[in-house]
Amino acid sequence: MSVVAVQLGQCGNQIGQQLFSVINSDSNGANRKTYKECSDERFFYENSKGDLVARSVLFDMEPKVISQAITKASKSGKWKYGETAHFCQKQGSGNNWANGFSVHGPRHEEVMTDLVRREVERCDRLAGILPMMSVAGGTGSGMGTYVTQCIRDMYPNSFIFNHLTWPYCTGEVIVQNYNSVLTLSHLYQLSDAILVHENDTVHKICAQLMNIKHISISDVNKVIAHQLGSVLQPAFTEHSLSSYSRDPIGELLCSLVCHPEFKLLSLCNIPQMCSSSLAYSAFKWPGLLKHLRQMLIANAKMEEGIDWKVCVPSVDKSAGEMARNKRHVGFNTSLANLLILRGKDVSTADTGAFKDSGMYAPWLPAGGTFSAWNTSVPFNGYEKSATIVSNSQSLLRPLDNIVKKAWNMFASRAYIHQYTKFGVSEEDFLDCFTTLEQIISSYTHP
Amino acid sequence: MTQSIVVQVGQCGNQVGCRFWDLALREHAHVNKKGIYDEALSSFFRNVDPRNGGGGPDITGGRITSLKARAVLVDMEEGVVNEILQGPLREVFDSTQLITDVSGSGNNWAVGYQTYGSAYREQIVDTVRRAAEHCDCLQCFFLIHSMGGGTGSGLGTRVLNLLEEEYPEVCRIVTSIYPSAQDDVITSPYNSVLAMRELTEHADCVLPVENQSLVDIVKKIQHMVHSGKMGSVIKKDTTITSGQGCVSGTEKPFDAMNNIVANLLLNITSSARFEGSLNMDLNEIGMNLVPFPRLHYLVSSLTPLYTLADVNVPSRRLDQMFTDAFSKEHQLIQADPKHSLYLACALMVRGNVQVSDLRRNIERLRPTLPFVSWNKEGWKTGLCSVPPVGHTHSLLALANNTCVKPTFVELKERFVRLYRRKAHLHHYLHVEGIEQACFSDALSSLTSLIEEYEQLDATKGRLIPDAPRLNIAL
Repeated sequence: MSVVAVQLGQCGNQIGQQLFSVINSDSNGANRKTYKECSDERFFYENSKGDLVARSVLFDMEPKVISQAITKASKSGKWKYGETAHFCQKQGSGNNWANGFSVHGPRHEEVMTDLVRREVERCDRLAGILPMMSVAGGTGSGMGTYVTQCIRDMYPNSFIFNHLTWPYCTGEVIVQNYNSVLTLSHLYQLSDAILVHENDTVHKICAQLMNIKHISISDVNKVIAHQLGSVLQPAFTEHSLSSYSRDPIGELLCSLVCHPEFKLLSLCNIPQMCSSSLAYSAFKWPGLLKHLRQMLIANAKMEEGIDWKVCVPSVDKSAGEMARNKRHVGFNTSLANLLILRGKDVSTADTGAFKDSGMYAPWLPAGGTFSAWNTSVPFNGYEKSATIVSNSQSLLRPLDNIVKKAWNMFASRAYIHQYTKFGVSEEDFLDCFTTLEQIISSYTHP
Repeated sequence: MTQSIVVQVGQCGNQVGCRFWDLALREHAHVNKKGIYDEALSSFFRNVDPRNGGGGPDITGGRITSLKARAVLVDMEEGVVNEILQGPLREVFDSTQLITDVSGSGNNWAVGYQTYGSAYREQIVDTVRRAAEHCDCLQCFFLIHSMGGGTGSGLGTRVLNLLEEEYPEVCRIVTSIYPSAQDDVITSPYNSVLAMRELTEHADCVLPVENQSLVDIVKKIQHMVHSGKMGSVIKKDTTITSGQGCVSGTEKPFDAMNNIVANLLLNITSSARFEGSLNMDLNEIGMNLVPFPRLHYLVSSLTPLYTLADVNVPSRRLDQMFTDAFSKEHQLIQADPKHSLYLACALMVRGNVQVSDLRRNIERLRPTLPFVSWNKEGWKTGLCSVPPVGHTHSLLALANNTCVKPTFVELKERFVRLYRRKAHLHHYLHVEGIEQACFSDALSSLTSLIEEYEQLDATKGRLIPDAPRLNIAL
């Protein structure tokens, strides 16, 4: 089964290109014939000349980033983008969600949906559609939302798995919180699950774990692509123990999204380090998993600076509410977790500690919300690596911050005239705020 | 790629405009070594067959044959425009882009706005349309004019109105040169206040530049050159103040000052012309920096200063560039942004600067800068990979800051001083279509603009609680 990626806006196109590059170079490693076959089928097709072509369409409202992505891909000599699988215009959306959603999206709907349809029809079987974009700007967020809506209309029964990049808290786009609120509230109704990367978190990983002195946007995107790749590359799942899972998106959603009210997913992985120290490091599964579990429950997105005092509250039925109240302040309650292990001796790894009912919301059935995938094929140069995709409270605080800042701005009606100009009214804003407050409330009291 | 058209009106507008074209040519010549007509060039220049004298169709792709500026030159006297046509830049303009008269506006806004505005209306609209028809995606008009005189302020703001009428979708960024307090034009307060009303109502963004600030900056640069302490030498290839390396050979009195403004325009458009890891398109400027439609006056600062001077001062730490951008001495108007209130701020960086450098400096400077309560993190950033000629990096900071208020208050006071005694008023009222109501309306427009800034400024330092959130019933 195959995944069709839809790269939207500057951020989506940069990360999408990195993702295909990571996936391709990982699949070309030694001793991984069936793994490569499965990965290639998932993400690439062969054209008549025998070239490997990414199953992806590239959309942007200005040409610079797309032409860069296409050039980079063909320079790799290993894979390329489809010759006509992209669409761009001359003028960007100017950081205005309303411009992307109400003007550019509808104006170019036909071309864009045709390109998506063509890519979907090229798949023998469609595993799902992966729109990738940032929530901050105008094209990725606004037009991306519109395109996702069109895809939902075209394929009401297919899986849509959105990947979103949340901006740095300061300094990218001033109206980013408005754009985020508008994007998230719409996508929540359209998408099956939303996987989020926060630029601030990834930036810290680059600085502290990867030891990069002058961090560029491309460094940040490489880490995001690495983490995403570690989820999307082939693995054995509980439903396909002897051959690689054929339905990666479906199984991921099935494991993680148990309730339509909860579809925000976050991700952390271990180890993550610069390639020069990787050669001198050895890891054992128990150590990796112990750290990863603590990262999960203490809501740390990287190994460094985990709060080890946070612990899982004991589940005592007689204590009931009391036990819940005693939860450590920093404790991150999960709704579902998916652990993906890749590398040497993976069969010896014991994942029992992730099944502790105390980690999960109390209304969930015991043991029903944890899944594990694995493969002995090491990922992207790491002898052993573990990734956890988590549906938990971990995005609650950043989401609450976004809504808080946007709401404060909305209270003074600052910048609203820029949106009403393109047909997004104050009432539309209020609806979006309501949707997000509902999500915040649900995640606060899982 | 999008295109922009520069409309330069009046003596000052044309002088600044010509420095811009000169520097823009130099910048593209420096980046574009192969002489190919590329996308970056196309944003401000057409490539035409010289045999047709610019009248023929554009040549896209391939080698540069003859470049024509996407410009409209308007002046109601012939001096400056004639000088341009005899000077080294004559190649980039042709006669169809020029609109001139012989008698000037006599430092009277009303003559520029009404008399010439009506007489030349058709010609202006046609000339602009011809320029617009050569663009396949027209994004922005850059209007350059001065506020004090008659043609720049009067006809300039009339042109602004025409642009809005004819091209409501196209962004209008206006660079306005404000007169100094000791201006020798006695009616300059009238002209400026009358023009301000038009700017407030019809521009998307205004970049005010004060003459006095330019004088101060030029002095400081000259001091850097002549102090000779750090072994500073004038760079050969990159000189702006001396005019070397440019098409124009000799320096004219205001060139150094006009170069600063021209640099402002070069830097503001760099990210739209060249590549970068964090593009900042021209339409993002208004979107990010203008929270309320009338409050669109953006204070700019350019650092390091030696990129304006092209003297070889040893480059100080990169971080110093960011610090300087917020200091009083580097602003292009007489204002102190640090002690006023920021509504929003954009940092447009060029050259070898990474996103981590940006983040570090924003984190460092943020605590020292007062921001309005609902936009505490009101930063917009752009990274353009092509630095200014001869330098490794540069920064243009654009701030929507209440520090513009004192400039406006002073202007108002000077206006009121004349207006109270009705001095020189009859010169204006003679002009057909001008009534005294124009003056009182312009005054009240400026007064209410000042009040809007005042109200925001008053919130500075006050603890504003978060707005109560929507409640969700559990």
